[in-house]
Amino acid sequence: MTTTATSRPEPGRPSVAVWKFASCDGCQLSLLDCEDELLALAGRVRFAHFPEMSRTSTGGPYDLSLVEGSVTTPADAARILEIRRLSRRVVTIGACATAGGIQGLRNFAAAGEYAAAVYARPEYLSTLDTSTPISDHIEVDGELHGCPVDRGQLLEVITAHLAGRRPVLSGSSVCQECKARGTVCLLVARGTACLGPVTRAGCGALCPSLDRACFGCFGPSDAPNVAALADRLVGDGHGRGELGRLLRTFNAGAGPFAAGSTALLGPDPEMGSPDHG
Amino acid sequence: MDTPTTAVIDRQGLDELLAELVSRGYRTLGPVVADGAVVTREVTSCVDLPAGWHDEQGPGRYRLHHHDGNGRLFAWAVGPTSPKALFFPPKEVVWRAAAGENGPVPVEVEGDDRAVALVGIRPCEVAALRILDGVLSGGAVTDPGYRARREAAVVVVAECGEPAGTCFCGSMGTGPGCEAGFDLALTEIGRGARWRVVVRSGSALGAELLAGITVEPITGTDEEARHKVLASARARMGRRLEVEGLAAALEAAQEDPGWAAVADRCLSCGNCTLVCPTCFCSDVEDVSDLSGGLERRRRWASCFDLDHSYLHGGAVRPTVQSRYRQWLTHKLSSWWEQFGTSGCVGCGRCITWCPVGIDLTEEATALAAGRRTVP
Repeated sequence: MTTTATSRPEPGRPSVAVWKFASCDGCQLSLLDCEDELLALAGRVRFAHFPEMSRTSTGGPYDLSLVEGSVTTPADAARILEIRRLSRRVVTIGACATAGGIQGLRNFAAAGEYAAAVYARPEYLSTLDTSTPISDHIEVDGELHGCPVDRGQLLEVITAHLAGRRPVLSGSSVCQECKARGTVCLLVARGTACLGPVTRAGCGALCPSLDRACFGCFGPSDAPNVAALADRLVGDGHGRGELGRLLRTFNAGAGPFAAGSTALLGPDPEMGSPDHG
Repeated sequence: MDTPTTAVIDRQGLDELLAELVSRGYRTLGPVVADGAVVTREVTSCVDLPAGWHDEQGPGRYRLHHHDGNGRLFAWAVGPTSPKALFFPPKEVVWRAAAGENGPVPVEVEGDDRAVALVGIRPCEVAALRILDGVLSGGAVTDPGYRARREAAVVVVAECGEPAGTCFCGSMGTGPGCEAGFDLALTEIGRGARWRVVVRSGSALGAELLAGITVEPITGTDEEARHKVLASARARMGRRLEVEGLAAALEAAQEDPGWAAVADRCLSCGNCTLVCPTCFCSDVEDVSDLSGGLERRRRWASCFDLDHSYLHGGAVRPTVQSRYRQWLTHKLSSWWEQFGTSGCVGCGRCITWCPVGIDLTEEATALAAGRRTVP
């Protein structure tokens, strides 16, 4: 974190900071992808810290911090506490920040073995055994799910913050977005293994509209019943390994997906080994 | 003028009817095969319709099969989408304002204003529209958008000759025949070269449309063929539901352990409510944009959502069990008190499109068992 100036409050133009933890940058990139709205957005907020956009960075405090990525190192575990201290509101964005992300797979394995398999001198690394969501470390004011997050939802969170209202976000299933757009159910009409019934809405049911079943990248819905969905899919002939891995794609660490995948794969699945290709 | 109220047409007559509806400016919607299902799309002639297609439906399962040569256009039961979506859209902007110097200035919300002609909807769907009319137009409250769209719409119903495995309109008194609520009613009789459609008009507009197309006079044999088709369909309903005493029995079953058993299987995903042709729950959301514009939107909601029963402090129905009970008892029991009818028309969509195949007829029958009082 480089601090080149002290942040001064600007009335009517709140400061926004964007922070990266263990992640691919895709979620914060979604903010830059808001091409049509970017100028209007820049007129309403001051980006005090957003390295992907500008090398200029001002110190806190910040009105709104958007946090991408999961906590995987002792240094990051300390850094997130400082960000919380400097921020009026903290909203975490994406599967990494809200559930530990793809790297959350390490939670089901011996992380040291991964490091030894990848690095010649793993002793130089200082990492934690787990990849954990930001909310495991600090209190967060809001969470945006998805891998990556939905642009519209990202704008909605910032716009709602500016208006002092609650963002309009749904905790219902992806199925409801399929039904709203008239997409024929891939699970019922074709027997495809789809996580839509247990996955949080927000993407607009993008994948099913393109003939791909839901991968669950938005994580569990408000009230998922993973076991019952798994029973049906296993009954249809889908393998337990296939379904367990599906649940461990983007949100392996999210409670209901973690429990559901462990029930399918067992506590020590073959995918937990670093040798598994 | 001796305009017949009942006649017989062939493909030419049906083509003429579709062309007439299109030329009158109707957004003419009919059944077509797309994405592995019979869905509703704009149609202009019989070529667009699902000739030879037949659906196989069961709990949590839907498949289409094609049989060459029989030429039938309506040998399938209901598909995944009901006409509800056309009159009560999944998402609708109900009010919009732009930023003005002295505050928000209302702006007209534009949409597709063309009146809809619905061709080939099924009798259970006509019954569902009648139920929705009571809820959204003409009851305690009227939704002006719904009412305007409904009043402008033309309904051409296709009576059912091939009920699906999940159909139970025969139990609900909503099919397979249709006696009211349409402008024109079609019934396929015969197959192959002897394929014909019996057409009956049910309104002045229907009679006018019928007078404008090529028809043959109906014979006693045709009438008999129509009755045979309906009788055969009635005898082949995939499911049945005994409605006698059901509403009171379900009310008395509030504490039955069966609710917990179904909750173990229920995904609370809300599919059943959104495919239901009469479920009308919605949520209203107010949003602002970066320019200071405001919008009030209404979107479909489901009583299976945790948020749906949210009052200050939390959800009133926090368990799946309580939400499933709310849905089933409203649909089959308390709907009677509220609207004077059943909320279920027996279309079977909630059974077919439930990802885990929970069967409403089975659950309701089990929960009511031993609780029906014989008058």
